[in-house]
Amino acid sequence: MRQNQVKKKWKMRDVRGLFYISPWIIGFAALQLYPFLSSLYYSFTQYNVLGSPKWVGLANYVRLFTIDPDFKKSILVTMEYALFSVPAKLIFALLIAIVLNMKLKGINLCRTVYYIPSILGGSVAVSALWRLMFMSDGILNKLFALAGLPPVNWLGQAGTAMFTICLLQVWQFGSSMVLFLAALKQIPVDLHEAAEIDGANRIKRFFYITLPMITPIVFFNLIMQSINALQNFTSAFVITNGGPLKSTYLIGMKLYTEGFSNFKMGYASAISWILFVIILVFTLLVFKSSDAWVYYEDGGDF
Amino acid sequence: MKKRKKHNGAAYFLLIVIGAVITFPFVWMIFACFKTNGEILGSTKLLPSRFSFDAFKKGWNGVGNITFATYFKNTFLLVIPTVVLTVMSCSFVAFGFARFRFPGKKMFFALMISTLMLPNSVIIIPRYLIFNKLGLLNSYWPFYLPALFACFPFFIFMIIQFMRGIPRELDEAAYIDGCSSLGLYVKILLPLMKPALFSAGLFQFMWTWNDFFNTLIYISSVKKFPVSLGLRASLDTAAQVQWDKVMAMSLISILPLIVMFFAAQKYFVEGISTTGLKG
Repeated sequence: MRQNQVKKKWKMRDVRGLFYISPWIIGFAALQLYPFLSSLYYSFTQYNVLGSPKWVGLANYVRLFTIDPDFKKSILVTMEYALFSVPAKLIFALLIAIVLNMKLKGINLCRTVYYIPSILGGSVAVSALWRLMFMSDGILNKLFALAGLPPVNWLGQAGTAMFTICLLQVWQFGSSMVLFLAALKQIPVDLHEAAEIDGANRIKRFFYITLPMITPIVFFNLIMQSINALQNFTSAFVITNGGPLKSTYLIGMKLYTEGFSNFKMGYASAISWILFVIILVFTLLVFKSSDAWVYYEDGGDF
Repeated sequence: MKKRKKHNGAAYFLLIVIGAVITFPFVWMIFACFKTNGEILGSTKLLPSRFSFDAFKKGWNGVGNITFATYFKNTFLLVIPTVVLTVMSCSFVAFGFARFRFPGKKMFFALMISTLMLPNSVIIIPRYLIFNKLGLLNSYWPFYLPALFACFPFFIFMIIQFMRGIPRELDEAAYIDGCSSLGLYVKILLPLMKPALFSAGLFQFMWTWNDFFNTLIYISSVKKFPVSLGLRASLDTAAQVQWDKVMAMSLISILPLIVMFFAAQKYFVEGISTTGLKG
């Protein structure tokens, strides 16, 4: 009898979970799901905030892909940005994590110092610093002159301007590094020892043991960092303002310009949906390919 | 044995060189704050010819008649409630997910996790329009409301993961002693979750403090500018940027984050390692 009562009380109590997650349900519905769906709707309309949205069908998309010269450029630029900055950041983070994993003295200090750029990198302050350092009469060119190298017009040419904002992204490798480091610590030592006895050198052990064992973290980092990079805004806005000649005009900037300078909400929504589809396709491709290269020790069940 | 030593030497050398390259921008920035504008652009030397606090004094006065004191006050007004609301709502929701088996839990949880990958740019325009309709533009509500309604799946997930490590026997004992579920959450679990709450709070503090895009969109009057917008204004108003002032104010603006990081780095590192938060 008592057993039954306890059981009944359990059930009642469990329904209360709904009460506890109710703030999230409201937030999800009103500030995530509704905006998500309505931006799709707005993308088929012409809407300048003051009036009401006017249905125009595919006109925004057609305009983006046929008439608007900046848009195609901004897609290419964004792809280029993600394609360079994300792999460079991850490779660098992994290399440093491997060195830090060698159990040397003073590693904690290194980890701390290397992590600092990650906590500040997204700020306006650091972007301002970057702009100052890479200006044509900035400190970097002065150091170049000291070393006898010709000055580089970092922010004034398409290629180097892109390099400069990618470098800011790579500089923030600390958080990826910490993740890699945690993953490296999980690799059982006996795997390496066995391989060493079998005569595998460091390089071989890296490619046949270390790398396969940390693929889940590589996978995770790759997805999260790419989603972030594809939406970057601050560095391009503050350091290069999209220039020169729109060579660093990321989609984030295009979205800002159309939506919040020109107040073309329908048009900007269409841009945001194209960006969303790009992110979605990329993520699905990585997920699909993950069967081939991500190794889960527990078989991959969540 | 000898070979090992040599390896370590190379590793140390590499780590120090990389550390120097990584920290160089900061070191240079700190000294730049004490230089004159002309010296920043003209001299190659790292140390200023004369340590002067002029840049801090002039920079603090900001643009027009609004000083950085206002910008800082605004930043705290924006950041602190956002952080507190985020931690409260996310731990509340995490409690629901971690400790109850309610109808539809699997679906809700899957939805919550899927929003981890929902890009902010795809929801920003309707959000702006919602806040516009509600008359909340140019206020800090567009920051408070998502925090109040737990729109940060990262933190919910992080706290759930932590809560899984707290034995459920505690819950049972509390219920048997006549504790309500709310009492269990407030009196027993919250104190035990302090490390996770602290981690979540630190990350939210850092992200909101650094946030530029949202402040740029939502805040339009200079009187309500947080530091990020104040800095940007001092970059843009003058035809010739006064770099000494900009650097001095930039340094002051990142100082709270650096102090916080050194004081609580354990929580940062743990926070990232347990959930894989982006930094």
